[in-house]
Amino acid sequence: MSTYVIPVFIGLIMVIGIIKKVDVFGEFTDGAKESIGAAFEILPSLIALMTAIGMFKASGGLDMLSGIISPLTDLLGFPRECIPLALIRPISGSGALAVFESILTEVSPDSYAGRVASVVIGSTETTFYTIAVYYGITKVRNTRHAIASSLTADFTGFILSALTVRLFLH
Amino acid sequence: MINRIFAAMIALSVIFGTLSGNMDQVCDAALNSCVEAVDLFLYLLGGMCMWGGLMRIAEKAGITDALSELFKPLLKHIFKGLDLNGGAFRAICMNITANLLGLGNAATPLGLEAMRRLELEERPGNTTSRNMIMFVVLNTASITLIPTTAASLRIRHGSAAPMEILPCVLITSACALAAGLSSAAALDSISKRRKRK
Repeated sequence: MSTYVIPVFIGLIMVIGIIKKVDVFGEFTDGAKESIGAAFEILPSLIALMTAIGMFKASGGLDMLSGIISPLTDLLGFPRECIPLALIRPISGSGALAVFESILTEVSPDSYAGRVASVVIGSTETTFYTIAVYYGITKVRNTRHAIASSLTADFTGFILSALTVRLFLH
Repeated sequence: MINRIFAAMIALSVIFGTLSGNMDQVCDAALNSCVEAVDLFLYLLGGMCMWGGLMRIAEKAGITDALSELFKPLLKHIFKGLDLNGGAFRAICMNITANLLGLGNAATPLGLEAMRRLELEERPGNTTSRNMIMFVVLNTASITLIPTTAASLRIRHGSAAPMEILPCVLITSACALAAGLSSAAALDSISKRRKRK
């Protein structure tokens, strides 16, 4: 089913374009050409942020932080197995998937921790990556409260993941 | 803030790396992450050209106008002062459509197009505009309707009901998005009030 969405989406744009007598090939290449220059704007900030994220992930800092904050998350009813996932989720999408994968290997996907981890993956995004890439294409360097507000959304997501699983599935 | 986070992450990784004895990996990451960044950039470059081209066809064919009309009643409360008939708003609607359909690969290039057009229309200079923050929060809080990635990994690990998490995901995403947007609106009005004083 999900393999149909993108081809149908693109196909619909094409069919409607032809019906409306749009120069589809010419417009496509014009639009693509404009995006090339814009894309190069992202590269410098991508290199900076990915170096910082890569070094931090490799340092084992996440495991140490998990140990430090586990008393707090116990209080909120957030499963211990999911703490590394919550910590890595905002900074690395592929890292979060790897942690999710290892959680599902250790516990059943239908256990409490397995379900909470699934909801976390399904309902949050890679905040720092998104901010780095989205602002990277602009000349904006002062992002004001963009990070604080996005992390508020992430934190709400983590708490609610545990809460909704307890309410509806346990 | 991005300055502090950038510096803090690197400084902390040196400290944690020393404490945990992982310095080999930290050194490796310091040297090789830039190559990963270029890989990701190439991936994005292809996606941006492809979806930038499709976006152009969709605009000329009036598809984006139809989508804008659909989202206008809801989004005009979030994006204050933005031209609802302008190019930035059309790109925002395309990005939201892609997000709702779970097309992450399309959503990022379309979102970048929206940021570029927001900068052209609002000319914020060095400091982000309010609408840029709203749009970024909208994208950092996931608005996907169907959690396909989570479900497919659950299937692979033998879940009895891979989609049972759906109601939890929808409620959690909606609350997270609401919390993100209202905190952004609140912080914006606080900083404006401070400026007036």
